[in-house]
Amino acid sequence: MPYLFKFVFFAFAFLIPGLLGLAAQEHAPIPALPPAPSAQPVRQTEPISWIRLGYLGVVPPKLALSVLDVPPADEGVAGASLAIGDNNTTGSFLGQKFTLDVAQLGITGDIGSAFDGMVSKGARYILADLPAAQLLPIADAARARGILVFNVGAPDDRLREDDCRANVFHITPTRSMLADGLAQYLIWKQWRRWVLVFGSHAADGLFADALRRAASRFGGKIIAEKQFIDTGTARRTDSGVVQIQRQIPVFTQDLPDHDVLLVADESEVFGTYLPFRTWIARPVAGTAGLVPSAWHPASEQWGGTQIQNRFVKAAGRRMLAKDMAAWIAVRIVGEAATRTRSADDAAIAGFIRSDDFSIAAFMGQKLTFRKWNWQLRQPIFLGDGRNVVSTSPQDGFLHQFSQLDTLGIDQPETRCVLK
Amino acid sequence: MQCKRIFLTAGLGLATGLATPASAYMIYVSNEKDNTVSVVDSSTMTVVQTLNVGQRPRGITISKDGKFVYLCASDDDTIEIIDTETARIVGSLPSGPDPELFVLSPDGNRLYVANEDDNLVTVIDLASREVLAEVPVGVEPEGMGISPDGKVLVNTSETTNMAHFIGTESHEIIDNVLVDSRPRFAEFKPDNSEVWVSAEIGGTVSVIDNASRTVKHKISFEIPGLRSEAIQPVGIRISADGKKAYVALGPANRVAVVNAETYAVEKYVLVGQRVWQLAFTPDQKTIISTNGVSNDITFIDVATDEPLQSVTVGALPWGVAVSPN
Repeated sequence: MPYLFKFVFFAFAFLIPGLLGLAAQEHAPIPALPPAPSAQPVRQTEPISWIRLGYLGVVPPKLALSVLDVPPADEGVAGASLAIGDNNTTGSFLGQKFTLDVAQLGITGDIGSAFDGMVSKGARYILADLPAAQLLPIADAARARGILVFNVGAPDDRLREDDCRANVFHITPTRSMLADGLAQYLIWKQWRRWVLVFGSHAADGLFADALRRAASRFGGKIIAEKQFIDTGTARRTDSGVVQIQRQIPVFTQDLPDHDVLLVADESEVFGTYLPFRTWIARPVAGTAGLVPSAWHPASEQWGGTQIQNRFVKAAGRRMLAKDMAAWIAVRIVGEAATRTRSADDAAIAGFIRSDDFSIAAFMGQKLTFRKWNWQLRQPIFLGDGRNVVSTSPQDGFLHQFSQLDTLGIDQPETRCVLK
Repeated sequence: MQCKRIFLTAGLGLATGLATPASAYMIYVSNEKDNTVSVVDSSTMTVVQTLNVGQRPRGITISKDGKFVYLCASDDDTIEIIDTETARIVGSLPSGPDPELFVLSPDGNRLYVANEDDNLVTVIDLASREVLAEVPVGVEPEGMGISPDGKVLVNTSETTNMAHFIGTESHEIIDNVLVDSRPRFAEFKPDNSEVWVSAEIGGTVSVIDNASRTVKHKISFEIPGLRSEAIQPVGIRISADGKKAYVALGPANRVAVVNAETYAVEKYVLVGQRVWQLAFTPDQKTIISTNGVSNDITFIDVATDEPLQSVTVGALPWGVAVSPN
């Protein structure tokens, strides 16, 4: 088996110049080669080379104002599993087999041990679905062992700025990218006067900051702000919405006239209650109403139907943003393994970091990494819960290098120094 | 008496309508959103008929004798057979789930269908309407190209990013060639020497040498003032003399004219919005493009590579097939 692997590997190595054809290279005629056995479909019972990934997640108790918004237990994992399947279909032609080791812990779980466990079983690529504070120690432990981490859960800008890491690839977008995607659409609509209602938890404050930044960046005017303080009430009660119908108008009554009510309530305390209950009739946007996200479960554009169908068949539910982030992360490793015809860490990591690297993810254009902080460039979906309303960047927002860089913190502004 | 006269008039009208110039072909366009097929007369460049078909019509092909149009009704999981004379749906073929694109064997006996949801290519015998084989391929098969001698079928898988060469006798994969991201279309050169494969997200067309089954050249496109992400090659057609190729560039709204011998891009022809598929008229004097987002097709004169006219069809025109006579 090792001999066969070496033969196959070197046979591929000779074929790489012809078959890869990376964009920068000029094509010289390829000398005629006898058909390499490696070009035949390899349908053996024993795979030739293994590529092992891990999914490390913390599942906090997720309370939501609507039962429809309670995340499924396998959120993220289901997307990663689908991509493992896709990688294995491709891998069957190349003698490569992918595996996924999953560890989902409660908030008090021992993430460090779970990480060590995966690594001891051979995982070289870890999908991290962790809050920012818990991601950083894992990233550092991974770097010491030459392991790549893919952030599929934390939208914190600081992970891409002051706390950026050379071995962490951010698939999930930042809060600033989400807020910018929303703001561009509101400006495109010429709905420029905004009021901002924000929650009292840290995460809510971070998204509110992102919205404020987006306003000043794209020309929105936040003419009033109001905080909704969490007094520790239950999310859902037997009385349903009877009291809420009267509380929300009173809460929003003193806001000045506006075009859009922006809401920053990641903590699910009040945001979902706002649409159709405000004092004056205005659209709601932010964490409720018109919501920016990395993927939409009803997106069918750009060939999206294909992945949506595959996902529903495999997971028995619709594909959410975290599922897509995890799918992309696993596919990135798969794509690198395909293009380099290799299961070698260094080859795969080198390919992912190369100038020509890109991944297709049903978003209408190739997705590339921002090389200064390894954030994946991507469009932002704007959804109303039922359907995709629009995708950003919007027409007319220009950029010197990539229109996708109109979303989020751009290179000239970054504080990231990769280490 | 009155009835007879009306009938005669109608008959004459019909006769006049049928006595079209010899170079008039019928162009069949599948309208993905409208669930219709538009029939366009190539000499008058007008829509002469609109047929109601199944749900989400996409891939469309016409039989060698021009008698039947085969249409993928993707959401109905079926291929519909339309009689071109009566313009009626006369039957359907078992296509497997979610058929998108398919090709006919050159002898007209077999249909090769890409089943995107199942990662399969389905082979159907047209006479018996039986499924002869299912070939497992890469993830999301779409593009289907058949060699001029019918011996080799090429299927492209959009997420695996490969062109799979399948022997039509064995129904087995004989070669796999890695191409750029999201390969949607495969087209053989008429002399069987090359297979051209478009990469929608990769933005390139790979020219695969059919003997060595390796990529011998990669064609890139550049349009001043247009960001490169908008250049998304899909449909490809190569002229019968093997000298010229046309490539539909999607949201770049242009068709590239490529010298099929030197691979140089010679011109970009501005057509409608989001151009995906192409078809030559049998006399090779005109090539027609489907422009999905502007709901029209464009006639391009092959001699001058100038767009002649765009004709509004149904909503989201997808595929196009031209009658052989």
